Amino acid sequence: MSTENRFDKYQRQVILKELGEAGQQKLFASKVLVVGAGGLGCPVLQYLTAAGVGNIGIVDDDTVAIHNLHRQPLYGPADVGSAKAVVAAVVLKKQNPDVAIQVYNERLTTENAERIINAFDIIVDGTDNFATRYLVNDACILLGKPLVFGAVLQFEGQVAVFDAKNHGASYRDLFPEPPKDDEVPNCADAGVIGVLPGIIGTMMACETVKWIAGIGKPLTGRMLTFNALENRFYTFNITPHSAGRERVPSNLENFRKTDYAWLCASVVTVPEIAVEEFEKLLNTDNLDIIDVREVGELPEVSAFKHRHRPLKQLAGLEPLHGKDTVVVFCQSGNRSRQAVTQLISSWGNDNKIFSLKGGIQAWVKHQSALKQ
Amino acid sequence: MKVEVIGFGQLADIFKTGSIKIEGIQSTDGLLSELKCRYPGLANARFTIAVDRQLVNGNTALKDGSVVALLPPFSGG
Repeated sequence: MSTENRFDKYQRQVILKELGEAGQQKLFASKVLVVGAGGLGCPVLQYLTAAGVGNIGIVDDDTVAIHNLHRQPLYGPADVGSAKAVVAAVVLKKQNPDVAIQVYNERLTTENAERIINAFDIIVDGTDNFATRYLVNDACILLGKPLVFGAVLQFEGQVAVFDAKNHGASYRDLFPEPPKDDEVPNCADAGVIGVLPGIIGTMMACETVKWIAGIGKPLTGRMLTFNALENRFYTFNITPHSAGRERVPSNLENFRKTDYAWLCASVVTVPEIAVEEFEKLLNTDNLDIIDVREVGELPEVSAFKHRHRPLKQLAGLEPLHGKDTVVVFCQSGNRSRQAVTQLISSWGNDNKIFSLKGGIQAWVKHQSALKQ
Repeated sequence: MKVEVIGFGQLADIFKTGSIKIEGIQSTDGLLSELKCRYPGLANARFTIAVDRQLVNGNTALKDGSVVALLPPFSGG
């Protein structure tokens, strides 16, 4: 393809005096790594692909689930069960064949982070858990890579640019230590409106394009929050936090030794039961099962007898006579862990109280696997 | 002296409203103890604090009309 044709596709942005051919050329030459191809990753990938970013890497070890589709428009019902990174690459390649796409159908770990991140100029964090977010944050500081951060919950989102070489602010300045798994709700438990990651993800794509082209005022050293219900934007400046900076591993060797999953694991050890073991318990008659989700949360459970009491109203719940084994479940296994802690403190240790590991989602997944 | 407090994310649920006004508060530590009295749910919540759009670490003096934002971490993607 001739040089002239190469710019044709992008003519509407090339005519912007801020971008121009020079900016578009920088986009052609750039390499962007998108960590997580979920709610945030989808719009980031779609818009960076459309913008003509030369090289895009996708890291994700997850498969498409039916409840992803309301906010992850790269996937359809036929993709359920397929690897997200692989499906995304096929769709994106069709969208813009000029873009080279590198698929990493694996989880980002302290082992592979250096190899994968080093192959790119700028990293976009669209992950859905604190363990990976802190891992990406620290790796980018140590490898000197700029990081575009985005996160969502319910109706609210956050965007920031952490640039190790410019201002140097990072997520550790906001929250020096990773929150524990059960300290902060996730989208599986608390929900997220489908269009929100679309809004936050396109803002992340915009920050990425701005950084590559060197135009405008990126959110470096600042964080923007958006509330979709109130249409409220709020931006604040990040102040360096020494306690946060001290917690970044001092070098790559120490980074590789850091167990990020452990740092985010709950401090309280809660007895958990796996879905396979739970299945076996269902045939016993001394079992008390408690659903601690809110009223109306799906899926409705009719396959086994259970009591329903939302976590917030758990206080005062009495044990059932003769039912000395108790299994508590919620959507993903977070709230049920908190519930088990509460029940043990009010009921004591006379009952065997477990949290269903992975929640009802894990049980549903197990059931459909059994049918196949 | 009056300050405005904005609760983000789950903190808006604890406050039952997006923004509250509090009088007679001089510093962020004073504000936090007052808020924890009024909203016991805040004791277990995790958040960082920005005063007049600047993140603050440690106790910080407040001015009349200061806007204090309490921002929880989000992990969703």
